[in-house]
Amino acid sequence: MTAAVDAASPARIAVTPAERRIGGIALLLFAAAAGLPLLDTGYWLSLGVNLAMYAALCTAWTLFSGPTHYVSLATAAFFGLGTYSVGMGIDILPFPVLLAIAAGLGAALAALVGLATLRLSGMYFVIFTLGLAELVRQVVTWYQTNFTTGVGLYVFTDLTEAHLYWMLLAVAALAYLTGWLVNRSRLGFAMRIIGNDELVAAHVGIDTARAKVILFTISGAFIGLVGAIMAPRFAYIEPPSAFNPMISFLVVIMALLGGTGRLWGPLLGVIPFTLLWDVISARFPNQTSLLLGIAFLGVVYLLPRGVLGLAARLRRPAAPARGAGGA
Amino acid sequence: MTAILEVEGATKRFGGLTAVNDMRFRVAAHEVLGLIGPNGSGKTTMINLISGALKPSAGAIRLRGRAIGGLRPDRIAQAGIGRTFQLVRILPGLTVQENVMAGGVFGHRRAWGPALVREAAGLLERVGLAGRGGEAPEQLTYIDQKRLELARALAGDPQLLLLDEWLAGLNPTELQTGIALIAALREEGRTIVLVEHVMHAIRSLCDRCVVMNSGAKIAEGPVAAVLSDPQVVAAYLGEADEAG
Repeated sequence: MTAAVDAASPARIAVTPAERRIGGIALLLFAAAAGLPLLDTGYWLSLGVNLAMYAALCTAWTLFSGPTHYVSLATAAFFGLGTYSVGMGIDILPFPVLLAIAAGLGAALAALVGLATLRLSGMYFVIFTLGLAELVRQVVTWYQTNFTTGVGLYVFTDLTEAHLYWMLLAVAALAYLTGWLVNRSRLGFAMRIIGNDELVAAHVGIDTARAKVILFTISGAFIGLVGAIMAPRFAYIEPPSAFNPMISFLVVIMALLGGTGRLWGPLLGVIPFTLLWDVISARFPNQTSLLLGIAFLGVVYLLPRGVLGLAARLRRPAAPARGAGGA
Repeated sequence: MTAILEVEGATKRFGGLTAVNDMRFRVAAHEVLGLIGPNGSGKTTMINLISGALKPSAGAIRLRGRAIGGLRPDRIAQAGIGRTFQLVRILPGLTVQENVMAGGVFGHRRAWGPALVREAAGLLERVGLAGRGGEAPEQLTYIDQKRLELARALAGDPQLLLLDEWLAGLNPTELQTGIALIAALREEGRTIVLVEHVMHAIRSLCDRCVVMNSGAKIAEGPVAAVLSDPQVVAAYLGEADEAG
């Protein structure tokens, strides 16, 4: 809530000097991040790809789940659909076209799911999205075993790790920019009202279902796009790896760890957690599920509002958590 | 008299319980109508049918001749109906000013930008919260939260304003302020339906009253006449014995 109060407001239409400054800093950081492949093309770049991927995924996830507080575990469904678009089309169509198809499929699935489920609330929505990822995976497996020659797909391209890294970085930036624009729009204001009180939202004239479906669709498109970009890195694609539920869980943990009150909040979770996860997967490859569970509990109990919430609390220890105006 | 609101045979059943039964009344332009009755008589359900929070099981509701019964609440808000809630509902994650703005962006008026900011500031002043737009609404007192909710409803410039026990829970001093505020809205020529228990507020504010009991209309007419109707007295106080 802390951050929600001073998040973008309809009172601010012009770009303020502060926003210009933040934009400048973001641009510098982005340029610095883009320079990574020039320094190293081995371990650090590989880690960089993971960071950029989760940065893009978590920002896209937060577009919808941040303001609505609906926890979606469908990330793996959109992601896998993107990966498979590339896997099935790489021999026929150029890569950029496949990216567009992946984004389109992610958007279409999200719109479909949105129309069917956004009337569900809380726990029901979470379970449905978890089940959805599994359903899509089963359908793809069924299709491949019955209508194609095998379950796996090979993706060979001449894209290097650096290319993938730059594309992911660009998608993360695009997702962030989209979120910023949405936050300044009527749609963004509507989403904040919906996140606060859906009944009031409806009674001030907001078509709540439509607003949520639009944002879920945008979010799904970005996640599909990320899945497509990651396909060449997998090289060999099969349903359990493309529709890996671990992706959905990691995205939720990282986003919550960072804090979803601000669009850039998840980044504060992505960076430390990706680094930590890299160590965990290397040292304890058989205990990842257990450690993931512990991490989940830790985040929820110790940092319910993420790093963002913690920072706000440390900055204003005495005052109640809110109060600064957005006007 | 042109009718802003027409309710014809509105009925709401919850399973076997009929909460609102064949209600009929009209609200004319610039009229303040009191909707009164004992607890549990179906007043709030009636308001919910008009605002779209609930869908009627039968009957028609029209706003300026346009059928709105059974539409979604956002459509009804866009058609021009604004409301407050029996238990005040503020938006805790937004500032006071943004709470007011929320009412003016998506309804039948779609303000945005500097005009919206000015308007919100004006409305805050109007309800007695001038200069407090930057505060967090949870820090406001109960009456101030009610004022805020009223300002939010007014931001949509509704053709019909529904106030569900807006005066409930106020102390005597606040009550005077509250009544004065609604009286000012009345002077402004707003069309209002008021659900209320505070009798002297009804006497001073309403042109007419509709009385409900057990979901049905039992009386309608000028306030003084209605309040002395034996049926209405019986509904509130029980059947009259010799004590009368």
